[in-house]
Amino acid sequence: MHFTLMLFEGTEDFAARKDPEKQQEYLAGWSHYVHALRDSGVVVTGFGLHAPETAATLQRNDGTIFVQDGPFTETKEQLGGLFVIDVPDLDTALEWAARAPVNAVEVRQNLPAM
Amino acid sequence: MDTYQTIENTVRDSYGRIISYLAVNWRDDEAVEDALADALVSALESWPKKGIPDKPEAWLLTVAKRRLMDRVRRERVSERAYMALLAMSEEAQHMESAAFPDERLKMLFLCSHPDIDPSMHTPLMLQVVLGIDAARIASAFMVKPSTMGQRLTRAKARIRSERLTFEMPDLAELPKRLDAVLEAIYAAYGSGWDDLAGDSRRRGLTDEAIYLGRLIAAHMPEEPEAHGLLALMLHCEARSKTRRDEAGAYTPLSEQNPSRWSAALMAEAENALHAAARLDRVGRFQLMAAIQSVHAQRARTGNTAWNEIALLYEGLSRMSPTLGVLVGRAAAVAEAYGAQEGLRLLEAIPSGTRGSYQPYWALAAHLHREMGHVEEARAAYRLAIGLCEDHAVRQFLQQRAMEI
Repeated sequence: MHFTLMLFEGTEDFAARKDPEKQQEYLAGWSHYVHALRDSGVVVTGFGLHAPETAATLQRNDGTIFVQDGPFTETKEQLGGLFVIDVPDLDTALEWAARAPVNAVEVRQNLPAM
Repeated sequence: MDTYQTIENTVRDSYGRIISYLAVNWRDDEAVEDALADALVSALESWPKKGIPDKPEAWLLTVAKRRLMDRVRRERVSERAYMALLAMSEEAQHMESAAFPDERLKMLFLCSHPDIDPSMHTPLMLQVVLGIDAARIASAFMVKPSTMGQRLTRAKARIRSERLTFEMPDLAELPKRLDAVLEAIYAAYGSGWDDLAGDSRRRGLTDEAIYLGRLIAAHMPEEPEAHGLLALMLHCEARSKTRRDEAGAYTPLSEQNPSRWSAALMAEAENALHAAARLDRVGRFQLMAAIQSVHAQRARTGNTAWNEIALLYEGLSRMSPTLGVLVGRAAAVAEAYGAQEGLRLLEAIPSGTRGSYQPYWALAAHLHREMGHVEEARAAYRLAIGLCEDHAVRQFLQQRAMEI
């Protein structure tokens, strides 16, 4: 079964990506997790996302399109990356979610491909 | 102690007793749980105002029974059930002054019945005997709460449909059935002791597990493994607070300051281990407890007798060669007889089974580092860090990896 791990990161995590002092530790945390995921053979696809302030959000209101800078919702934790994994069940997907170096992960099963 | 604390303690102590007492006669777990939940709400409303009753447990039982009777009247269930309930309630009137029968032991055996999926033994016990809600159990076992709720409902339905009974198993069956009970209690305590990395996600249920461990050891004093399990959990618990330093950084067992371990818990653990030894039937929980007992002796002697620990692991690995035991044994042998010996045992573990088992990679990294195998150590650290679920342990391993 395919599950998507939506990995949420806080402002300080996004800041650490660019901070020369914290960058190395930040990246090391991710690279080991990604390595362990790939090594176990469960990864279907996965990638990180650029910081939320680089986002462009399109909203349609009464048929009129608005485009704004920044993410759709201004919450403290923002989507930082996604992994699609192939595991037998949700319990196993949650195990992988627990290993991610972040404080919040949303896990959902994927619909079958169209 | 404030009223709420008293209520909480009473509930923890009485919940399972009352549930199991009512369930034996009433046979509808849901109705019984609902009735007791109502009684608890009444207690929360009434006790802080009117004071705590002399017999809080009897008070709760009376209110819960009244709720069940109300339900019977409402639902107009068969005359026979109503009569049975009436009789039961009269019988209980007499009992309230006498000792309250402890049905919790039977409940523990029922929850770990061989006809119930073993992965549900612990969640069932926690809910049925201690009244812990499904959401908290779900978090402790890292399962989706609604899924855990459904699994609990299914397991309870199975108890009803299969007419599994609250009888104690007979003597021939007892060792196997007791083992299932102890295993389930140990699972509630968590993997703390054999997990080198010190997985902390189940910490929330350790108190409950120790409570059940004390319960079963007190009620089955002739069973050495019950004492063994209790000793094991208490020794681990004695050290639980020293696994993190003041700044929250992970501290491995070998670097902990033994003067900070709980002397009271270690003493209770040693008493339990002696009680087990007097019965002269060794088992895996006693061996695991004995290993922790050797570690605890460092508080007195200042050093760790790794050769004794290695020997105990040798016995344990013959009795129960789980992955955790095999990794623990390799670690002990490495400490006692050198990294090379430890590594030899570690690498003999079949590769198919160790896959994503984090403690395996943490030990492999440590031993390769000791032996100066830079490349192997780096590769093992990568997996140990990547598979790690605990932030403090991850930082600890990253620090170690950078020192290579």
